[in-house]
Amino acid sequence: MMLERRRFLQRLGHTGLAALTIASGLLPRLVRAADTRPAFAAEAIADALKALGIANPTKSDAIHFKAPDIAENGAAVPVEVESTLPGTREILLLVEKNPHVMSASFSFPDGTDAYVATRVKVAESSLIHAVVKTDAGAFYTDRLVKVTLGGCGG
Amino acid sequence: MSDPMRIRAAVKGEKVEVKILMSHVMETGQRKDAEGAVVPAHYITKVTASCNGRDVLSADWGPSVSKNPYLSFRFKGGAKGDKLKVTWTDTAGDSRSDEVSIG
Repeated sequence: MMLERRRFLQRLGHTGLAALTIASGLLPRLVRAADTRPAFAAEAIADALKALGIANPTKSDAIHFKAPDIAENGAAVPVEVESTLPGTREILLLVEKNPHVMSASFSFPDGTDAYVATRVKVAESSLIHAVVKTDAGAFYTDRLVKVTLGGCGG
Repeated sequence: MSDPMRIRAAVKGEKVEVKILMSHVMETGQRKDAEGAVVPAHYITKVTASCNGRDVLSADWGPSVSKNPYLSFRFKGGAKGDKLKVTWTDTAGDSRSDEVSIG
């Protein structure tokens, strides 16, 4: 009786773990406090934010977001985000019109400025959202970037 | 194996300013080649940076970070001569680490 139970549990354990691993996310979840991977599959901003556990971020002037009004080359649009909100933990970049909206997330340990500069692909003219997670909640700002040459051609 | 990253880390006042240029195709998986076949996705998913072993930045990326990614950030508590190490991992399971002395 005991042996059967053990075998059953072992089998359950193996298949269960394999299934979860395949479903992706388990391993990263074990080592990271917040798993952002599911958000990268989202096709809409609302879905990405939901996957990150963010509901109704507040628009904030304390997020300084630099991006060009017109980008000639959507394959490399320079973006720069700085948050002066106290307790900023993460900055997320989301491009509304891209096939998958989530572009990048950056997390800042104590001692690192809530600042990041990078370059992203923008498939077509689109709003880019900079979402900031702080100890007090989530905030955002956005900028419209017009693209003359799409970013998906590489 | 991939080309080394170009990393510049310099003390600016009480902070260290870091600028990184990585060498990576950042293929989205949406693009088709000349024969019309989909080019499989191949992009960096994770970037971490540490200064003398202390984490100073962690990033999760999707395929819409530009090819040959550029990344800049700033942190406190670093001094000239400290070691700044940057590591990326991609969808193919490859990873690369490069280290520079803060100047």
